[in-house]
Amino acid sequence: MSTPSRFWREIPQRYRLEANKCKRCGYISFPPRLICPQCQNREFKETKLADKGKILTFTVIRVPPQQFVDQAPYAVGIVELDDGVKLTGQIVDCDFENLKIGQKVKIEFRKIFDAGEAGILCYGYKFVPE
Amino acid sequence: MEGIVGYGAYIPRNRIKVEEIAKVWGADAPSYKRGLMLEEKSVPSPDQDTITMSVEAAKNALKRCLINPKDIGAVYIGSESHPYAVKPSGTVLAEALGATPEVHTADFEFACKAGTEGMYVALNLVKTGDIKYGLAVGADTSQGAPGDALEYSAAAGAAAFIFGRENIIANALESYSYMTDTPDFWRREYQYYPQHGGRFTGDPAYFKHVMGAAKGIMDKAGMKPSDFNYVTFHQPNGKFPFRVGKMLGFEKKQIEAGWLVNKLGNTYSGSSPLGLTAILDVSKPGDMILIVSYGSGAGSDAFIFEVTKRIEKVRDLAPKTRDLLDNNRRYLEYGEYAKFRQKIKKAS
Repeated sequence: MSTPSRFWREIPQRYRLEANKCKRCGYISFPPRLICPQCQNREFKETKLADKGKILTFTVIRVPPQQFVDQAPYAVGIVELDDGVKLTGQIVDCDFENLKIGQKVKIEFRKIFDAGEAGILCYGYKFVPE
Repeated sequence: MEGIVGYGAYIPRNRIKVEEIAKVWGADAPSYKRGLMLEEKSVPSPDQDTITMSVEAAKNALKRCLINPKDIGAVYIGSESHPYAVKPSGTVLAEALGATPEVHTADFEFACKAGTEGMYVALNLVKTGDIKYGLAVGADTSQGAPGDALEYSAAAGAAAFIFGRENIIANALESYSYMTDTPDFWRREYQYYPQHGGRFTGDPAYFKHVMGAAKGIMDKAGMKPSDFNYVTFHQPNGKFPFRVGKMLGFEKKQIEAGWLVNKLGNTYSGSSPLGLTAILDVSKPGDMILIVSYGSGAGSDAFIFEVTKRIEKVRDLAPKTRDLLDNNRRYLEYGEYAKFRQKIKKAS
């Protein structure tokens, strides 16, 4: 079993969507970076991603990686949030036949996977149709 | 004066009807529907638990009060379905809201009363002046054994309340608790489903404690049933809240606004707190509200709230409880429900 530390390091992003915004060009990095990939600036302002957006594209996973076996089939999509950031995540509480590109979604706090029956529970963001 | 400065609810969108459960066990659906006054119940998705629903309800409560989460000095979750046996639920909630690290966090357990226990402690800590704001959540993804009468009612939902001293939407006029040792419902360690005492859960348990707490708090406040606009009791089924209300001298119209159980089921620690959120959604400034919880084991907490003018400003800032209950529902068949609730034994 993997140690919990890898998941723990990602808590500010997985739980609170913490990002940083370049003070020079306004580019939002998620997760935060040390150097802006657009303008190479090193000064940032802490920010949080928007909690709503629309589906840019999606697919349905039927052959999942090991820790997601019990969840298959499930939808994964790229969502453009209201602040322009594009974020990948699971789209849940939906019927696949009703999913549409351009559909409005909101972010909800969900269990992403558990590290086995005796392992830790890993929580984070998923998308649900509005 | 102290009181509620923000409130929020969360109800999962999955539902299962009484007929669908009765069909599997060869039970008579009409008699269950009539006897328990239940039509359907909420079911959590496989990726939802007490922690995820608490976070969503608390985020809705924050939307209604617009405070800095760092000013929350206490975060409490009351539940009988904390996902971990050892490791707090409240730390995840406090972290998700951004209230850490200067915050007191604890998980409460007292069957269906755990939510109001958290409310009692958070409110009274605010009263002492020790913390600026206190957050209390009642949440459960309760389990009833397959085929047991509880399976028709055991549901999922969460209600969150933030208490403070400024910008109050409901003044907390009184709080009161009534407790005895009464083993009417329990679950031993390592047991998956709870056990209950059948009819013993009625008169010596639910009715005695709900009546004791309701009478006690009204005596303390010098009030009588007709002084209240609304009352919400713990809702283990549809019948009990109306019956205890009648015994105490309340009218049906005082109970109906917070009576959600026929479409929601029994959300255990979330039950009477969700009733309170539904009442706040429709109440007017000056309205008086009585809430009485019940937890097996056994006891009741009671609170009297007086709604302020601020309710008009904040109630539309987050989803209303009746909307969460009535909109966007998804009906499950028993097989999918059994999979969602991990009732099917798989090869390991």
